[in-house]
Formats: sequence, structure tokens, C-alpha cells
Amino acid sequence: MNSQAFHSVDGTYNFAYLDEQTKRMIRRTLLKAIAVPGYQVPFGGREMPMAYGWGTGGIQITASIIGKDDTLKVIDQGADDTTNAVSIRRFFQRVSGVKTTEETQKATLIQTRHRIPEKQLTENQILVYQVPQPEPLWKLEPREVETRKLHAYSEYGLMHVKLYEDISRHGEIITTYDYPVEVNARHIMSPSPIPKFDNPKMAMMPALQLFGAGREKRIYAIPPYTRVRSLDFDDHPFEIQRFEDPCALCGAEGVFLDEVILDDKGDHMFVCSDSDHCRERRAAGHAGHRASDAASIGFVSSEGEA
Amino acid sequence: MKALLEAESVGHSYPGGQLGCEDVSFRLYPGEVLGVVGESGSGKSTLLGCLSGMLEPSNGIVRFDVGGQGLRDVFSLSEPERRLLMRTDWGIVRQNPRDGLRMNVSAGGNVGERLMAVGARNYGNIRNEALDWLTRVEIPSSRVDDLPRTFSGGMQQRVQIARILVSKPRLIFMDEPTGGLDVSVQARLLDLLRGLVRDLGVAAVVVTHDLAVVRLLSDRLMVMRQGRVVETGLTDQVLDDPQHPYSQLLVSSVLQA
Repeated sequence: MNSQAFHSVDGTYNFAYLDEQTKRMIRRTLLKAIAVPGYQVPFGGREMPMAYGWGTGGIQITASIIGKDDTLKVIDQGADDTTNAVSIRRFFQRVSGVKTTEETQKATLIQTRHRIPEKQLTENQILVYQVPQPEPLWKLEPREVETRKLHAYSEYGLMHVKLYEDISRHGEIITTYDYPVEVNARHIMSPSPIPKFDNPKMAMMPALQLFGAGREKRIYAIPPYTRVRSLDFDDHPFEIQRFEDPCALCGAEGVFLDEVILDDKGDHMFVCSDSDHCRERRAAGHAGHRASDAASIGFVSSEGEA
Repeated sequence: MKALLEAESVGHSYPGGQLGCEDVSFRLYPGEVLGVVGESGSGKSTLLGCLSGMLEPSNGIVRFDVGGQGLRDVFSLSEPERRLLMRTDWGIVRQNPRDGLRMNVSAGGNVGERLMAVGARNYGNIRNEALDWLTRVEIPSSRVDDLPRTFSGGMQQRVQIARILVSKPRLIFMDEPTGGLDVSVQARLLDLLRGLVRDLGVAAVVVTHDLAVVRLLSDRLMVMRQGRVVETGLTDQVLDDPQHPYSQLLVSSVLQA
């Protein structure tokens, strides 16, 4: 997918779809969001040519900051080849004509749904998250007038009530995704539904992290090198998920794995959720214990494309 | 002795000129229980709203001894200061437990919330404290993880009380604490409240239309009618020898079982 799609740029639309006024409005919102890390800034969200819940918030941010020299990568649950990722990538190819890539280190702009790439991001990259529900307190306090006050006055006891409930019912904190974080020792923020495995990557990340919620019309941000702490109790510290076996295809350890069902007899394997990371490792000669079977059932083609 | 709460000519009119209450003045001292009685619409709940910081009075001043540093006008405090007061030094027991509890959070979580709100971050300690308070309000410890909606009305009311007392408030406001409970449950709740108020030395303002409740709980009584206080005095004195015609009517209207 590294081939450039110059031929299909659609001149009917403004560069990157949104009109320049809207982009400017969103960039102003972004500046404010970066100035107050973790604070949800309302913005005039536009109708996008896709349904809410498919990344309209992330797309609006990407459209506002993308430039002709950018290289865009889009991932959905870590993979470059899922429906959401493919359609958003094609959308930007069509309306902006920018280069796209699946390789994390070649991208200058990465739009993501529900994952942070395994590879450490750099200061020259921007990570844009798609956020379905920006308010971490909404399940406990449905009134927005009240949640805004809770943020304004740092009244965050309620967030721990949720964690208390987890421990009292299940013996441990069972929140495994969208695990609330405290940003810059001030605001409590939803990290979007990334697995809590990825939470530690947010802390002191060299790349700028931007979050867009289209339906709720909120934008928030974590500037580079910002403190991000996952909430916990003194006697029940925050922990990330651990996997017993390495990736079945590339043998990677210490990465987030997805379960893949292989047949209707219950055969399954765990593979890297980050498809680019997995492909790169296989290309470098790493092989997991199911690498040969996976090729034989067509799960991985000989070129390494899933 | 220093007053804990002071109301000076407190009055409130709703938009449209509808009178809530008018010219109410009193002082409440630490450990004292003040009863406010009157018929429906007499302004009791409006007064309670003004006193408890939920409703800014249109006239008069409400002062509270914030942090033991002398009386301060409650409505001149900044909103975060007032909210801190409301979840630490104060407690409000609502008539309907649904208004005072989080119905989708376990009894233990409800009781622990105030501790977490002031920074408790040790699960074990929070849980022990919640268990301790639930036991003190006679909720079996086996129910600590159950949702309040699985509790009876009387139990819900007791969880609400535990949820407030856990932060060791100096003043609690009660709005018809026994409303909607049957008489035997009422009696046990009152007994419990009386014990707790006496043991902890917490001051209280109890608003009710039930004279039996104030007879049991309160030291002093205010009788309200049409937004004004018509009679005040020691509880037994007002109930046994009412002076104002309305108080006499109120006392004589109680059905004898």
C-alpha cells in the first residue's frame, strides 16, 4: 500500500475535505487542548461523510493538521488492513493525495482507533486518537453540568468509586480498556478505548497525542513528554495485561496480542495486534510457533500481507 | 460556647414572587438537634435548602463555623470551598434514598465515596471503614457488595446515613428522614439516629411534619407556618404547652393510636 495514489485526488473537494475556516477553528481548539493537557475542549464538530462512531472526531483532527508533505498511517485495533483503517486511508488519499504508509516509522501522522503502535513514536510524529466517549466520569455522573464542575474543581473521588466497585466485585480492577488516566497531575482523562496495556506508552511520549470525539464534539490532547498516570489504589496498583505465549506468527513477546479463531473446531492462536510490527518482525526472519500453519491456511500470504 | 450554624433573617422567594420562607433567625450549637415542623408548604424544605448551601437565599445570611475558624457566610465561600464543606463537614439525609445514594454503586462503594473524595487511596482501609459504618447502622456485612436497590426502604435510609457519617460531619441536615417508612422501621431508625447523634456529638437540623420524630430527636423546636416561624422553644415545652394557635392546632391534630 506504499504506492502513491496521485491519480485519484478528487479536485471537487478542498484539500483534506474540510474548508479552511473549519480547519482553522479546529486548530485553535487544538492549541487550547495542548495548553491545558487532558482538558476536553468543545469544538464545532462538522458532519463528515461517515457515521458517528466511525472516527469522525479523529478524521476532523487529521484533516485539519495534515499537510501535503505528510505521510499518513491509519490503524484500527492495531491493524492497517481492517475496514475502518482502509476506508479512512482511502478517504485521505482521495481528498488530499498525501502519501500513505503502513510502516510506523515512516509515518508523520498516525490516526488510530483503540491502539498505540508497539514501536516507540518520535518527536516528528503525531498520534490522533478516535474517541467514542471523551468523558471518563459519564457512567457514574450522567449530568454534564456536574461532570464539568468535577473537572474544574478536581473532585475526582468518583473515579475511584468505579475502581472500588471493580475490586469489591471481582477482587481486582477489571477495567481493561479505556482505563482512566491522570494527565499532568491535574485532569482525569479517558485514553479512548485503548487496552490498558498501552496506557504506560502515553506517559512521557515524545510524539504529540491528539484526541477527537466527533459525536460529543470534544477535543483534548497530551503534549509531548507529559506525565500520564493510570489511576489505582495503594494496595491495588495499576497493572497491564500479560500474555503467556508469544505471538504465534512472529514470536514477539511483551506486545499486545489478539486471539484469532482458525477453524470451527476451536483451534485458535494469539497474534500481534499491531500488524505492521508483526510483518516487520517476520520480514526480519522471526517466526512464531504457528507461522508455518498460518501460511498454509492462507492467513498470511507469502509477501507477508495479511 | 461558639455557634456552629447561624441564620440571620433568612428568607427566600421563588421567581414570580412565590414566598418560600421569610425572616428566619436562629443559632445552632455543636451537638444540638433542632427540629423544624410545620404542615406541607410551610417553607420547611426551602429553609433547609438555604441552610444547607443548596439554595441561595434571597434575603439574610447563613453562617457556618468553617474549619473551626469562626462563622463565615456560606454563600460568600467560593463554590469549590462550599462543595468541599458539603462533602466533609456537612451531610444531607434525603427523604428519598434514591436522591442521596448512587443506586448503581454497591453499599460499600456508596459509603466509601466520601473517603475517596477527600483523597483516601488505600482500598483495604476504605473497605474496612465502610464495613465498620455499615455495621454501626445495622446492615449485615454480608450485604456490603449489594446494590442499594436490592435493599428495603429502611435499609436504604440507613446506608444513606452511614454514607454521610463516614466523613465525621459536624452537622447533618435531615429532610423527613422517616418519610415513607412503616412505624416499626421508623422506630428503629429513630432509635439508631438518636444513638448516633448522641455518641458522635454531631449537630443536626431535622425537618419533618411528624411530631413524634422531633419529640424523640430534637432538643429545640421551631414551628413554621406560611414561611414564617410562629413559635420556638424547647421541644417538650412546645409540644406539651403550645402557645401559638397554630402550634396548638398542630399538636392537637396528632391522631392517638
